Amino acid sequence: MNTARRLLSLCLTPLLLAAAACSGSSESADNEHVTLTYAIWDQAQSAAMKQIIEEFHAQHPNIDVQVQVTPWESYWTKLQTSITAGSGPDVLWMTMVYAKYYAVGGGIAPLDDKIKDSKLDMGAYVPAVTKAYTVDGKVYGIPKDVNGFGLCYNKKLFDAAKVKYPDDSWTWSDVIAAAQKLTNPQKGVFGFVAPEADELSWYLTVPQVGGQVISDDEKSSGYDKPATIQGIQFWTDMITKYHVSPTLQQTTDTDPLAMLTSGKVAMRYCGSWEPEEIAAVPYGKANIDIAPLPAGPDGNRKYYSNGLANSISAKSKHPQQAWEFAQFLGSERAAEIQAKTGTVIPAYQGHADAYAKAMPEFNLQVFVDHLKYAEPFPASTDTAAWRDTATKQFADAWTGKAPVADVSQRVAEAMNAALAKEKK
Amino acid sequence: MFLLPAAAGLLVFEIWPTFQTIYYSFTSWGAFGGHVWSGLENYRTLIADSDVLHAVVNTAIISAISLLAVPLSAIVAALLSLPGMRGVTVYRTLYFLPVVTLPAAVALTWKFLFNGDYGLINWLLSKFGIDGPHWLSDPATAIFAISIVAVWGSIGYNMVIFLSGIRGIPVDYYEAAELDGAGRVSQFFHVTVPLLTPSIFFVTVITVINSLQAFDLIYLMVGQQSPAIARTETLVYLFYQRGFAEHDGGYAAAIGVVLLLATLILTAAQFRLQRRWVHYG
Repeated sequence: MNTARRLLSLCLTPLLLAAAACSGSSESADNEHVTLTYAIWDQAQSAAMKQIIEEFHAQHPNIDVQVQVTPWESYWTKLQTSITAGSGPDVLWMTMVYAKYYAVGGGIAPLDDKIKDSKLDMGAYVPAVTKAYTVDGKVYGIPKDVNGFGLCYNKKLFDAAKVKYPDDSWTWSDVIAAAQKLTNPQKGVFGFVAPEADELSWYLTVPQVGGQVISDDEKSSGYDKPATIQGIQFWTDMITKYHVSPTLQQTTDTDPLAMLTSGKVAMRYCGSWEPEEIAAVPYGKANIDIAPLPAGPDGNRKYYSNGLANSISAKSKHPQQAWEFAQFLGSERAAEIQAKTGTVIPAYQGHADAYAKAMPEFNLQVFVDHLKYAEPFPASTDTAAWRDTATKQFADAWTGKAPVADVSQRVAEAMNAALAKEKK
Repeated sequence: MFLLPAAAGLLVFEIWPTFQTIYYSFTSWGAFGGHVWSGLENYRTLIADSDVLHAVVNTAIISAISLLAVPLSAIVAALLSLPGMRGVTVYRTLYFLPVVTLPAAVALTWKFLFNGDYGLINWLLSKFGIDGPHWLSDPATAIFAISIVAVWGSIGYNMVIFLSGIRGIPVDYYEAAELDGAGRVSQFFHVTVPLLTPSIFFVTVITVINSLQAFDLIYLMVGQQSPAIARTETLVYLFYQRGFAEHDGGYAAAIGVVLLLATLILTAAQFRLQRRWVHYG
């Protein structure tokens, strides 16, 4: 129960931390044997990462790489504290959400000189991802992967309700109509699930009606725009108007993905990193398939896509070796290894096919086809200062306590205040 | 001299950071180190921040529930596991188990139990025709669910204090009371309870300090995504959220100072009040 005090001392004694936790050896020469630390957050991908490291080590016998897996929830707090203290990892996974924060704050190093020296072709990667990691004209990360989305549906429940499987002609109204037919209160089955998780909910529908989370110049919130509100309303209507989705309380208590793979909901919006988890459940593997993500009312398919990159800590003691490794992580071979596991779509273009074929039981091609509609993930220099607050506030709209328009207005005000503070 | 290692540790890890925190609460932080003096700005924001008000109320509720429930249930637990009762070791182990269990494991297990649709608690309630709530995600019940786990988790530690307190009471007093015709119940209220007041006092002080620092259960069982978070987040949770998730170190330090003041005031008040009800010897 001493958490508070421990947190205080953790946060406020960077000097002590630096003394207590040192990684790697202290000096670096080109031929010296060094150990790099590589920070990632997804356990599901650690096997692919280890294979990449093995092949890298075969080519660079002088460089050892240690993988450090920290769950997403604590990854960012740990990363920031350890980089501040100078004891952080050498190479690390970066998300679009925090790229600008780490770049502007000096947590990760610009890579332009090294890219030039090594003649690395940045044109090989999905442009939207490269763009998101370019801050003030400098590149801060080598693109790793990119997210596509699709509509996961339960074939068995569709058959039982005699509803036609979803296809690429579907728009919002088709989802609603099908969800109404599929919902069966007696059996405890919902047609759809509307979780309150930005990336997996309104970040997919807001761009489809021309709404915005943040303005293009990143100076103001888009949450008060009528189109944005419409994109969010799609989700809350499923719960409060059509009653075809479990409530926010239910989706908080039970993971929506588990509801899908246990036959409790018939449709769910899915991300390209999720099929592996669905296939891990026998019922999911046998009954779930994936259709193209339904388009907006006017056929618009734009969505906010996140994608990861490998970045190098600005405080790395072995920047040259870290670059060698980061470059290998961005290589065609590394893309191939990742694609074959079916865990992510590589940002290295031309390897999506291997991903699409990784799990023949699912139509993974859907995710790959979706990529061409990707828009850069909403982010500003300090995204965290407004993103969590938005999620917290929108709970009122999901539970029906307040209309979406009211909550959106509130979120926009708080977000504008946070953005104004950023520029100081 | 023998105190030196402990005292040094206390100075370096507890006392020095406390003063650093107070200093940092008047600063504004950069992303990766570096801070500038910002005077009272953090405190001005703090007074106007409705989240802080919620956090104070939530912390007060958890503390009040714990203050009432922990000493009571720990005394009952101690009485039930006095030497000579049947299966004493089993009970003692059961009561003490949560103290030595990882908070993450405790939180995860209770999360399953509290699950609104598939949890054991609601399944049991349904046998009696009661439609249980979504304990942890319903804003109306979440703070009570958290308090139940917090109280349950601290019974063991406090039970040990009461056990040693009870065993420290000389047998003569009970014999004298029995000669005066006092039954078991009046022996308990007129001998055990008064002589146990120093232990009770110690337990109440520790309980209040611990509940003011409630964080792990909220972080693990409720979390930022839950609709119930506004009604459960405590000062330490808000400190973590602002300082670590939202990168506002100076503001978090200001929340920390508020917590420090609250702890000092409440503990001082308890020490002041003890003169009225604690009997030594």
